Amino acid sequence: MRGRGMRRRCAKPLAAEKRRRGKVGLNPTLRATLAVLALSGTAAGADGLATPLTATPGDPARGAQIVTDPQHGLCTLCHAGPFPQVAFTGTLGPDLTGVGARRTLADLRQQIVDSRRANPDTIMPPYHSTEGLNRVGERWQGTTLMTAQEVEDVVAYLATLTGDTP
Amino acid sequence: MIRAAVLAGIVLALPAGAQDRRTGYDDMSPALQAMQDDPMNPAAFWLIDGEALWSEPAGTRGQSCADCHDAAEDSMAGVAARYPAWDEEQAAPVDLNGRIALCRDRHQGAGPQDRADPDILALLAYVTHQSRGMPLTPDPDPRLDPARARGETLFTTRMGQLNLSCAQCHDDNSGGHLAAALIPQGHPTGYPQYRLEWETLGTLERRIRGCLTGVRAEPFAPGSADFIALALYLQSRAAGLQVETLPIRP
Repeated sequence: MRGRGMRRRCAKPLAAEKRRRGKVGLNPTLRATLAVLALSGTAAGADGLATPLTATPGDPARGAQIVTDPQHGLCTLCHAGPFPQVAFTGTLGPDLTGVGARRTLADLRQQIVDSRRANPDTIMPPYHSTEGLNRVGERWQGTTLMTAQEVEDVVAYLATLTGDTP
Repeated sequence: MIRAAVLAGIVLALPAGAQDRRTGYDDMSPALQAMQDDPMNPAAFWLIDGEALWSEPAGTRGQSCADCHDAAEDSMAGVAARYPAWDEEQAAPVDLNGRIALCRDRHQGAGPQDRADPDILALLAYVTHQSRGMPLTPDPDPRLDPARARGETLFTTRMGQLNLSCAQCHDDNSGGHLAAALIPQGHPTGYPQYRLEWETLGTLERRIRGCLTGVRAEPFAPGSADFIALALYLQSRAAGLQVETLPIRP
């Protein structure tokens, strides 16, 4: 008898996600950039990350796929935006409508790589940093939420969001 | 009379803002609330099993729970509202799930028990049911204080690849939505619960494991000191809220 009853499946937004993850440490370019930031004593990412993380320019189409797939980018779990194809968007982060007009590329890149640089109390996960993390699950240790190229793709896509209507 | 006095004491002791606390039940749809209010909801199967197991001899000693504790309606009233409690033999805090497993081992001679064993879950549901409607009343034993403090530290510590603490969601952002899911305040008033997502009855421990996996953190080992510590803190944070049965959650 047990376990029969309701057959309804509910969304398991975080637990169910299974995605390709890059087994990366910090990309060499990023490492160099961070080293420069550290050496120059630049204040908490105030100027963002001006240098792209990879040699291959970001692909906005791939970035759109990552952002609008809740299982992959996780972005829409917290952010609304001009994503009519996403059935449910969260309310924890700011609406991404027009974010490409409000933020520079360097800002967007820094925000995604590690938003703690701009705000130590942020609830936004660091997408391309393993620095200072605690109790990371065994299967995710040494990995980041996005590869360097995925960050560049997402930055390129967000930069296209310049319209003021969702 | 005594219960009314205890209740009054607790209401007086409630922290400021306590009246703003909301349980998962408060935030459910009317349809799900109606399901929980139906005494023959899906969780009832475990309650019925637990009631039968209470009087069933078990283990090498052939003793039943009732042989020592008599009628659960009397002896178990308020127990679930008070646990976790101190275990003298282990000199450590134990939750109700662990206490039932220990009892089966120590007093019935049934050997070490799996905390998630269906019979243990059924007994947990039955014992918890004897506290329905009673306010959560943290055990005042000072030996529990260090673990409770450890629980608060865990609650406010960022964890996992997503680098989130319990508090960042369940204190700072409760009422918000993670995609379609409402973020609850995280009060442990309704465990064990029949969760539609699970299609079965499960414990607070399982629910917390889901949260930790969600932020890609290493879950607490079953019955570990850290899990019990967190359970102690959650219970004190929810003090005064009523024990629900038979709990249903989406």
